Amino acid sequence: MEERLREILSPYEGKRDALIPILQKVQEEIGYLPAEAMQEIATTTGLPQSRVYAVATFYAQFYFTRRGRHQTKICAGTACHVKGAARIMDTFERELGIACGETSEDYEHSLETVACVGSCALAPVVVVDEDVHGQVDSSKMSKIFDYFKENEKED
Amino acid sequence: MGKITSPSQMANIKEQCQAALARQKVRFLVCAGTGCVAGGSLDVYDEFKRLIEEKGISVDVELLYEGQESKAGIGIGGCHGFCQMGPLVRVEPKETFYTKVKVADVEEIVTTTLDQDSVVERLLYQNPDGSRSVTEHDVPFYKTQQRIVLGKCGTINPEDIREYFAAEGYQALARILDNMSREQVIDVVTQSGLRGRGGAGFPAGRKWQGCLQATGSPKYIVCNGDEGDPGAFMDRSVLEGDPFAVIEGMTIAGYSVGANYGYIYVRAEYPLAVQRLLKAIEQAKSHQLLGDNIMGTGFDFDLKIFQGAGAFVCGESTALTLSIEGKRGMPRVAPRPRTTEIGLWDKPTILNNVKSFAYVPDIIRKGAEWFKNIGTESSSGTAVFALTGNITNSGLIEVPMGTTFREIIFELGGGIPDGHKFKAVQTGGPSGGCLPESLLDLPIDFDSLDEAGAIMGSGGMVIMDERTCLVDVARYFLDFTVDESCGQCVPCRLGTKQLLEILEDICAGKGRKEDLELLYELSHAVHAGSICGLGQTAANPVLTTLRYFKEEYEAHILDKCCPAKVCKALISFVISEDRCKGCGLCAKNCPVNAISGEKKQVHVIDQSLCIQCGVCMEKCPKKFRAVDCVSPRINATVPETMEAP
Repeated sequence: MEERLREILSPYEGKRDALIPILQKVQEEIGYLPAEAMQEIATTTGLPQSRVYAVATFYAQFYFTRRGRHQTKICAGTACHVKGAARIMDTFERELGIACGETSEDYEHSLETVACVGSCALAPVVVVDEDVHGQVDSSKMSKIFDYFKENEKED
Repeated sequence: MGKITSPSQMANIKEQCQAALARQKVRFLVCAGTGCVAGGSLDVYDEFKRLIEEKGISVDVELLYEGQESKAGIGIGGCHGFCQMGPLVRVEPKETFYTKVKVADVEEIVTTTLDQDSVVERLLYQNPDGSRSVTEHDVPFYKTQQRIVLGKCGTINPEDIREYFAAEGYQALARILDNMSREQVIDVVTQSGLRGRGGAGFPAGRKWQGCLQATGSPKYIVCNGDEGDPGAFMDRSVLEGDPFAVIEGMTIAGYSVGANYGYIYVRAEYPLAVQRLLKAIEQAKSHQLLGDNIMGTGFDFDLKIFQGAGAFVCGESTALTLSIEGKRGMPRVAPRPRTTEIGLWDKPTILNNVKSFAYVPDIIRKGAEWFKNIGTESSSGTAVFALTGNITNSGLIEVPMGTTFREIIFELGGGIPDGHKFKAVQTGGPSGGCLPESLLDLPIDFDSLDEAGAIMGSGGMVIMDERTCLVDVARYFLDFTVDESCGQCVPCRLGTKQLLEILEDICAGKGRKEDLELLYELSHAVHAGSICGLGQTAANPVLTTLRYFKEEYEAHILDKCCPAKVCKALISFVISEDRCKGCGLCAKNCPVNAISGEKKQVHVIDQSLCIQCGVCMEKCPKKFRAVDCVSPRINATVPETMEAP
C-alpha cells in the first residue's frame, strides 16, 4: 500500500492547492481513503492532517471505509422522489440486507443515495456500478438482483 | 486543418466545414446524451457503423475534408432533450426524427433511408391523435420551443469542433478579436439584458463591467457547472451537447475583462460532461483557439476543469471558489466582498453559470437587440427547464421568458399522464417553491416567480399530481438542506434541522395544531439569519406549501390523514372482499408475510405486521385491482410504533 500511495502521490509533492484532485485520485485508485492514505497525503502536500480530514469530510464524494464490490446508488433527486424512489430504496435494503449508507460484511454490496444524477427524465433512476438504469420498476429491480446473482457465480 | 492564426480565417473555415458536411448525402446522428446512453444508444451507434460498413458504403465516422463524396456519415449528437423517448436518432438532411430506436431497428433505418430514400413510419413519434411526426419540428414537445442555448445540442457532434465551426462556432470570438474593444463587448452583453442563469438572475453585463473595473491581477473566469439542484440537468446537457459554446463564451468573457485563465467547475456526478469538455478543450487548443496567442492576436486564455467533490453549497459563488482552492466550501461571512472584486485566489473573478456563457457567442454574433427582443421586459432571452415528474413528455425544454406554466405543462409537456390531476409545479430546487393550479397562467420570468414565492433557480421544473404529498415534499427538501448545510451559521444548521423535525412529526401523524405557526416563525428566522443563499432560501419549500396547500398540512395534523396517500404512518393497505379472487400473488410477494388466505379465498392483510411497502398493490393483477390504499389508517387508533418513546 505504501509504495502504491507514493506512486500515486508523486506528482503532487508540495501541491497544497491540489488537495481535492489528490483526494479524488487516491480514491479512484484505492476505492476509498484509508487512514494511511490520509497521513501520506498530509506528508506529501505539507498540509496538517487536520486540514486534510477537514476538507475530505466536508465533501460527500469521499469514503473512509472500504466499499462493496457492487455499488448501488438510488437517485434521490426530486423527480425520482416524486416517482417513488423511497420505495425502491426499501426494496434494495430488504433484498441486499443492508441499510442505506452501509456496506455488507462480505464487501459484496454498498448501498447509498445520490443527490441527483441528472437523468430526471428517466426517473426513477438507480445507478449500479456506473450503469444508469432508468424508469426502474419491480421487474427492472429483479433484473438488477439477477445481475448481482450471476456476477456472484462467476467468481 | 491546423492552427488558426488570424480572425479573418474563420469565415473560410466555416465554409470548408459546411462543405464537408454537405458532401455527406445522408447523416445519421445518434443521441449520446446521458439519458439515451442509459437506454443503449451507444450500441445503436455501433450497429449503424457496423451495418453501413458491412454494406460497403463509403462512410465518414468523422468529417473528412479531402477526397470523394461519401454516401453517408454517422456521428453522435448531444442531448435532444426528449430523453424519455430515447434513444433518439436524427437523419439529415431531411431531419427525420426517430424515437426509442433499438439495435434491431437499425438495419431497417439504414436500408429504408439509403436504398429507398424513405422513412420508417413505426419509429416516428406518435402524436396523441395517432398521427406520426416526421421531424422534430412537428412533435408537440418541440413545437413552441425556441432553442438557443440548446440549439446545437443534438444537431452537431459535440466531440468534433469542426461541426461547431460549420454551425457558426467561433465566429463571435473572431469578430471581437478582430475589431471590438473590451468595453464594446461588455456593452453588447449589457444591452442584451442577459441575466445570469444560475438562479439569482444578476445582470451579466454589470458583473463583467464590475470585474473589468476591479483592480487586481490576474483575473479569472469561472464557469459554475456545479448543478446541484436535485431534479435539474440543463447544465449537464449543455456541457455534454455543446461544450464548445461554453468554452467560446468563457474565452469572450476573458477577453472582455483581461483575464487569461479560467476554470470550469463540474459536478462529480457528471463524468460524461467532463470527458466531452476535455476533448473540446484539447481540440480548441490544437486550433489555437485556447492557450497562447489565440488566432494570432496576442490574446492568451487557458482553461482547466475542476471536478466538484459533492457539496450542494458549492453552487454558492464564494464557496465554489474556496473549493477550487482546495478548501472546505463554506460561504464567506457577510459582508461578503463581490466575487468580481475578490474572488478566486482573492482576485477579481467573473463567475457565471454554464448557460450564461453559452448564450454569449450568439449574442455577440446576432446582436444585443436580437436577444433583447426575446422574452419579457425584465428578463430577456429564453429559459431552459428540465421538465420532469408526473408529466407525459419529460425532458429538456427551452422557451422564451414569459411563457406560462400552462403552456409548458399542457402543450409542450402533454399534460399529466394516465388521467391523473395536476397538483403543483416545483421550480428552483431546494431554494424554490411549489406553486398551485391557480398560478398556472403566470408568465414565467425571474421576477414573477420571485413574487410567487418560488425562484427561477437554475431550471428544474418538477410536475406533481394528486399522488404527491406536499408536506412530504417540504420534508424531502428540508432533509436535503439539512444534509447540505455547511454548518457554519446557527440559523441554517439548527433551524433547518428543527424545521425538518417538525415536518417529520407531521408526516408521522404526530403533528400538533401549533406546529403551523411554529413553522412560519422558524422559517422567517432561518431566512433572516442565515449568511448565504442556501440558508436564506431553505424555508421556501415550507413557506410555499404552507401558503398554497395549507389544507394538506391540516389534514395531516387534525385528521391524521395523508390525502395523497404517501406518508406511511398515515396509510393502510386493505384487500377488497368484493374484488379479491384469491390468486395469492400478494401473499407470495409480501416481504413480511403479513398476508394470509386460502387459494381462491379472499386474502387479508394483518395490519400489525404490514410495513406499508405497497408491493401487494403493485402485484395485484390489473384486472382485479383488489388492493386499496386508505388514509387515515383503518384501525383509527394510533399504532404502537407511533407512540412517543
